[in-house]
Amino acid sequence: MSLAWANAVMPHLVLTAGLMLLLLVVAFRRSHALAMASTVLILVVAGVLIPQSHAAGSSDVLGMMRVDGYAQFFTGLFLFAAIVTVLISFRYLDRRASNCEEFYMLILTATLGAMVMAAASHFATLILGLEILSISLYAMICYPQEGKLPLEAAAKYLVLSGVASTTMLFGIALIYAASGSLSFSALGQPIDNQGENYYWLGQGMLVVGLAFKLSLVPFHMWTPDVYQGAPAPVTGFLATVSKGAVFVVLLRYIVMSDALSNSSVVVGISVIAMVSMVVGNLLALLEKNIKRILAFSSIAHVGYLLIALLVVGALDDPGIARETTMVYLAGYFLMTLAAFGVISALSISAGSQDNEQLADYEGLFWRHPVLAAVLTTAALSLAGIPLTMGFIAKFYLFAAGVQGALWILLWALVIGSAIGIYYYLRIVFTMTRSESSDAPATASDVPMETVVTAGVLGVAVILFGVYPTPLIELVRSLIGTFGA
Amino acid sequence: MNILALIVGLLSAGVIAAFSERVHKHAPRWISLIAFVVALIYTTSAWLDAGSGAEEYARQVFPWIPRFGIQVYLVLDGLSLMLVALTAFLGIVAVVSSWSEISERHGFFQFNILWVMAGVVGVFSAFDLFLFFFFWEVMLIPMYFLIAIWGHENRGYAATKFFLFTQISGLLMLFAILSLVYFNYDATGVVTFDYFELRSVPLDPGVAWWLMLGFFVAFITKLPSVPVHTWLPDAHTQAPTAGSVILAGILLKTGGYGVIRFAVGLFPEASQDFASVGMLLGALSILYGGYMAYSQSDFKRLVAYSSVAHMGFILLGVYAFNEIAMQGAVITMVAHGFSTAALFMLAGALQQRLHTREMSKMGGLWVRAPRMGAMTLFFVVASVGMPGLGNFVGEFLALLGAFQTHVPLTVAAAIGIVVAAVYGLSLMQRAFQGAPNPDVGEIEDFGVREMTVMILMMVGLVWLGVYPQPVLNLSAPFITSLGVAGL
Repeated sequence: MSLAWANAVMPHLVLTAGLMLLLLVVAFRRSHALAMASTVLILVVAGVLIPQSHAAGSSDVLGMMRVDGYAQFFTGLFLFAAIVTVLISFRYLDRRASNCEEFYMLILTATLGAMVMAAASHFATLILGLEILSISLYAMICYPQEGKLPLEAAAKYLVLSGVASTTMLFGIALIYAASGSLSFSALGQPIDNQGENYYWLGQGMLVVGLAFKLSLVPFHMWTPDVYQGAPAPVTGFLATVSKGAVFVVLLRYIVMSDALSNSSVVVGISVIAMVSMVVGNLLALLEKNIKRILAFSSIAHVGYLLIALLVVGALDDPGIARETTMVYLAGYFLMTLAAFGVISALSISAGSQDNEQLADYEGLFWRHPVLAAVLTTAALSLAGIPLTMGFIAKFYLFAAGVQGALWILLWALVIGSAIGIYYYLRIVFTMTRSESSDAPATASDVPMETVVTAGVLGVAVILFGVYPTPLIELVRSLIGTFGA
Repeated sequence: MNILALIVGLLSAGVIAAFSERVHKHAPRWISLIAFVVALIYTTSAWLDAGSGAEEYARQVFPWIPRFGIQVYLVLDGLSLMLVALTAFLGIVAVVSSWSEISERHGFFQFNILWVMAGVVGVFSAFDLFLFFFFWEVMLIPMYFLIAIWGHENRGYAATKFFLFTQISGLLMLFAILSLVYFNYDATGVVTFDYFELRSVPLDPGVAWWLMLGFFVAFITKLPSVPVHTWLPDAHTQAPTAGSVILAGILLKTGGYGVIRFAVGLFPEASQDFASVGMLLGALSILYGGYMAYSQSDFKRLVAYSSVAHMGFILLGVYAFNEIAMQGAVITMVAHGFSTAALFMLAGALQQRLHTREMSKMGGLWVRAPRMGAMTLFFVVASVGMPGLGNFVGEFLALLGAFQTHVPLTVAAAIGIVVAAVYGLSLMQRAFQGAPNPDVGEIEDFGVREMTVMILMMVGLVWLGVYPQPVLNLSAPFITSLGVAGL
């Protein structure tokens, strides 16, 4: 048997080996800085190997994974998000937990799970990746030892995520019973009449399970509490990598299994999308906690992104859906991580709760202009204002939606964005207010590396917002190598 | 002329101004002033070199996002050139009017002024619809900051309202732009945002009507016209003086410009069908704005509502669909830029001295500050539409043209001029005439700095009023290209 496929999954293998290495490093010498540095090194090495495995062309790994340009793009993106998370977690954890080293192993396993999902083309790999990711996240959410909120958040996430997983597994079992296959590509085949009902019931349960993980309305109840309870760097990771991975695999599944050929699936997903956009944005209006605002904002954003998914059904060519998803998620990752970077930086010396109330941000412009500028950029980008990556991303969605003639969804997008502007603007406005006397004094002990990381993300959001061509060209060159 | 250099120059002057505060507290305002003076000289020299009536003064095209056929496509035709020059001039006015008003964060303040103006120059010169939308939104954010940070007591509310109105209507325009591009792609197989290409898209009349509406709503929100004008009195009242000058002087004009260039320029037939609604909204704005202006007791709110009324003439003129009325609309844009900027500058100066905008707390100010009184009288009279001054020419031409298409609406609009005289003179009476208010002590009159820009604006208005032909020649080529009825 040829081992040519091993080259394709080299980043995954490096990450696995790195995990072992980190285990040994920690066993021999407990040093937070050393563990952090090794983690960054492992992640960077895995990232550097992507172009090399890309050069080998897309390949089918044992019928379980399909490593193509699409998967490799997201592998890179997940690794990038993991590096950012490590950098912003370092000082944050230093002040909170006594044994920080194991946290980095959890980040590595979670990233590995996400990378497996990005390439999954078989239900077994889908579940495997999803569970590796989720189980690592449970531990990451309650990693800091103080405070009840992280525990509550982790318990909530554990229970609800478990329910979602079992729903999904049941759905997969039904699909298997009807079609006799667990591979995505074998699912497009016609099913005999008897099995058809089971098949579509299974599809429905699968979508519901994934919608839970994506926190789409009406399966979104856990999101604000978990976002609030989790430590800020972990929330950033959860909002980006976890959701991104689930969406990436969902899109691949939809394209390969041709599930959108059933009109009730299309209607169901369209309704979920519209409700998520509108409800997510409306609920955010009521919040005064910035992490909860971002939670509802993420609900709306995934709702927007479903437009890209539905374009698959409306057009013959799934390339546009892939391109839109890649550009949108890249933008979403950058701006969300930037926002959580700022929150982490400001919460370094906070107690059991992060500095997450809007009031904590009063006068930030005058206390810490750099962080305020980054948070402003992130908020405006999430709102989709030009000059930022968020606008290019939203523009892509508009372009894709117009091409697929999804007019009703586009109206929902317009309405959702219109509502959204208000609460994003409120964050910006709060920062411009003159300083209140009881604002937490944070300017002095904001860690340098967190500020630099957030600053780089903010600059990237603007740079790609003004000149997105390099990113678009990269994405398009990768789509060309998509294994059909 | 290099338009991109002008825009980038203003943007970088903004960045330099922001950092120059560390060198000296007052360095930012000097940098800002110099940047606008240079921009004005640069623009007028381009005008003088080519003379009025040229087809275009500058053109620059670079690829930007090839994936969607998006280009950096900048063109200055006469209409654009005139408005860009006005922008640079009002930049100077804005800087001078806030010379001593701002007490903190000078650097960031000038940064925002320069960035708004750079965005406005981009709006006036962009001929790629994506680029246009880009600049349309770019000028929004610094304006938001100007109101939200340096505004008066109720600034948060006003800034947010301003942003929401403009942004939401902007989303409709984005929707319309993308749909237009898509229909063009459907017909020709080419994805492009090029204005000139999109002008010739064969559209189903029903579709064209809806797309036109998307643009129209965005522009009349900015203009503003009844019924989407409600952000304006709040934003004007709460903004710092420079903010009001910029808002009234130039930001409103982007709405008028958009209506002419895009709503009418891209969809001539659909706009023609829509003309009576456009004229009706114009006439309503004139009357309602005038009525509301008269009922105000706040100096700035009065001027703000008078802006709504004057902007009504632009709508009326454009949708009369003949050359003379459109010329009237264009002259009104420029003349209103001068007269209202001056009035807001006066309002700001009064507020700085008296710490109130309430006219009941003024009265008899002429005695205390005769130069300010004289200036107010001049610009009030100009704004009322006194023959011999720019506003008269604009409104007269707009009415003259409108009379040929719709007599009753024109008559209603003409009544608006009478209303203007009523609120204008009542403003003068309440603030400057009558017995001096005993609560008002000595106030400082206008100095050389303020008088210089005031006199410049007076010269501008007299010139427009006595010899508007060069300006008419500037906008003539584009208006002719719209194919509207001649004289």
